[in-house]
Amino acid sequence: MSALSITNVTKSFGENHILKGISLEAEAGEFIALVGPSGCGKSTLLRIVAGLEGADSGEIVAGGRDLTRLVAAERNVAMVFQSYALYPHLTAGQNIAVPLAMRNLTSMQRLPVIGSLLPGQKAIRTDIMRQVTDMARSLKIDHLLDRKPGQMSGGQRQRVALARAMVRQPGLFLMDEPLSNLDANLRVHARGEIVDLHRRAGVPTLYVTHDQAEALSMADRVAVMMSGNLLQLAAPEVIYDDPAHIEVAKFVGQPRINTIASRVDADGAVTLGTWRLQPHDRLTPGSDITVAIRSEFLSIADLGAPGLPAHIERLEFLGSEVIVYTKLDAIGESMVVKLAPSDARGLVAGKPVTIVPQGERLMVFGADGLRLPADLTFTTQLERAHG
Amino acid sequence: MTNTLSFGRAFRLTLLSLGALIFLAPYIFMISTAGKGQSEIFTSSLSLIPTQFFYLENFAKAFGRVSMGQLLWNGVIVCGLIFVIQVIIAIPCAYAMAKLKFGAARLLMALVMLGLLVPIHATSLPLYVAFDSAALLNSYTALVAPFSISVFAIFLFLQFFRAMPDDLIHAARLDGMSELGIVMRVIVPNAWPAITAFAIFSVVAHWNDLYWPLIVVSNQAYATPPLGLLFFRAAEAGDDYGALMAATLIITLPLVAAFLLAQKRFVEGITMTGLKG
Repeated sequence: MSALSITNVTKSFGENHILKGISLEAEAGEFIALVGPSGCGKSTLLRIVAGLEGADSGEIVAGGRDLTRLVAAERNVAMVFQSYALYPHLTAGQNIAVPLAMRNLTSMQRLPVIGSLLPGQKAIRTDIMRQVTDMARSLKIDHLLDRKPGQMSGGQRQRVALARAMVRQPGLFLMDEPLSNLDANLRVHARGEIVDLHRRAGVPTLYVTHDQAEALSMADRVAVMMSGNLLQLAAPEVIYDDPAHIEVAKFVGQPRINTIASRVDADGAVTLGTWRLQPHDRLTPGSDITVAIRSEFLSIADLGAPGLPAHIERLEFLGSEVIVYTKLDAIGESMVVKLAPSDARGLVAGKPVTIVPQGERLMVFGADGLRLPADLTFTTQLERAHG
Repeated sequence: MTNTLSFGRAFRLTLLSLGALIFLAPYIFMISTAGKGQSEIFTSSLSLIPTQFFYLENFAKAFGRVSMGQLLWNGVIVCGLIFVIQVIIAIPCAYAMAKLKFGAARLLMALVMLGLLVPIHATSLPLYVAFDSAALLNSYTALVAPFSISVFAIFLFLQFFRAMPDDLIHAARLDGMSELGIVMRVIVPNAWPAITAFAIFSVVAHWNDLYWPLIVVSNQAYATPPLGLLFFRAAEAGDDYGALMAATLIITLPLVAAFLLAQKRFVEGITMTGLKG
C-alpha cells in the first residue's frame, strides 16, 4: 500500500476549475515535487492535502488513514510555507516548541499560571525543550533559539520553519516553495540540505515549486501540472528524456525544447522543409503533429551537409556551453542549438549552416499534445525530399 | 540636521507651535484658573500666572466637597469594564470576519458598517426604557452594557487582522491549535498595537462621556467623572470656578498621563505598521 494516495481530487472556485481530477500515489519515504507554472493548481493541491482547504470531490489517504474529512490539526501533516509563517511574537525556540506543546500537553497544562502547577507538566516541558534543542542542533540553529523571527535572516528563518515542521515527526511533509525567498547561492545550498533532511526523516514529502531545476534536482519523482491537470508523474530523467505531453517537454529543460508544427503527408511521412522524415510506424495521414527535439541533440555542420539549412541569428556564450539561435531557411522556424564551446568556434551571426538532428532523439506529439508512442520515432537516416 | 534653521523649517515649526498653542490654550487656561482665588478670577484683567497661588485651597475644596476618589474609581471601573468586554467580544468577531469563510460574512460586514452609522443618541430612548423596566438604572450595568459590543472595535480589528498573513493562521492550524487557540495564542499577541489604539479611543470616549451617564445615573454613588463635575458645579460649587477647574484638572489628568505613556504604541497602532515579520 502506498504511503499517500490522492484520488481524483477536484476543486473549483465558481466557474474557475483549479483542479480537474488529480490522482497521485507516493511510496513510503518518497520525495515528490509538484511543478508547474503559476496558477496550475499545485499550491491548491498542497493546501487540500494539508486540510487548509476542502476539495470538492476526491479522496486523500495517508498511512492507511482517510484524511479527506479530517481537519488540518488531526491529519498529522507538517508544512513549510513560502513565507515561513513563523509566529512573530515567539522566539525561534518557542516557535519550534509550539507543535510539540499542542500535542503533548493537555489544554489545562498549557494555561499560563495554572498549567505550571499541574502534575506531570514539568517533565513534559523538559522533554519538549530537549527535543527542540536536538532538532535545532541538527539544523545548526541552536545559537538562534532565543531570537525572534524579526531578528533573523531569511535563511535562518527558513531553517527554523523546517525545524518546526520536522520536530514532531509528521506522517507527511508538505513544502510550499520554501526556497523561493532565498537568494540564488543560498537556494542551491538549501536544496541539498532539504534532500538530506528528507533522507534522514524518511517521511513522504510533497514539494511544490515553480522552478523546474529545483524539481529535477531534488525529487525522486516529479509531477508536472498544467492548468489543473497532472500531465506526467515520473522520475526526473523520464520527465526530461521521455515527456508524455508537449507541455511537459516545453516546461522542463533550459533552453526550451525546439518544436516544429507539421502535418503527416498522405504516405505517412513527415516533411520538414526540404527534408522528409520516415517514421518506423505509420502516422495517420493528414493529422497535425508537433515534432520536438532538445537543443543538445542538435549539432551544426557546414552548409551542404545532410540536415536542415539555417542561418545563425545570435550566439550566447555561457561558459561551459554556447547557445546558438538559428532560423531554418525553408520554413522560418527558430531552432536553438546547445553546443560545447569547442564546437562553436568559427560560428558568427548571419552565417549559413546546416543543422543536424540526432534522429532517435526526435519526439512526435499529436494534435492533443500527447506523445505518440515511442516506436514512432524517426529513422536516423534522413532522405532528401523529391526534387 | 546641525544646519541652521532654514526658512522653511522655521516656518513649519512656527505654524505647528501656533496650532499646538491654540489647541492647548483651554487646558493651559484651566491649569491657570485652578490656581487662582475667587477674586482674581472675576477681575477684568486676564493673567496667565496667578498673582497669588490658591492651588492648595482649590484642590482641597475639590477633594472635600465631592468624593473625588469615588468619581475616579467609578470612571476606572466603567471604562475598564467597557474596554475589556468590547475587546473580548470584538476580537473573535473580527477574526471570524477577516479570516474564516462562512455564508453570512458579507451580510455581517454590511451590518457592521450599518452599526457604525447609528449614533448612541438614536437608541438611547429605547435603551433607557429597557433599563428602567429592568430596574437597572443607577447601576454599573446601565453604564457599561450599551457599549459592550463596539462595531467600531470590530471594524478596527477587522482591518488589522486582514493584514495578518493567512499562512500564519494556516501554520497554527497545522500545529494543532483550535480556532479559539489561534485567537488567544497567535492573533492577540500580535494585535497589541491595534488593541492599544482602540484602548485610547474607547477609554477617552467613555471617560469623557457625559451624555449616557446623565441619562441613566442620578445617584452620585455611580457618577462617572464628568457627571460628578456636573453635580459638583450644580450642588456645591456654584460659581467657585477655581475649585471647579481644580476638579476638572484632577479628572483629566489620568487620561493625559495614560496617553503620554502609550503615545508610541498609539501612533504605531493607528498607522497599522505594527506587524513586521
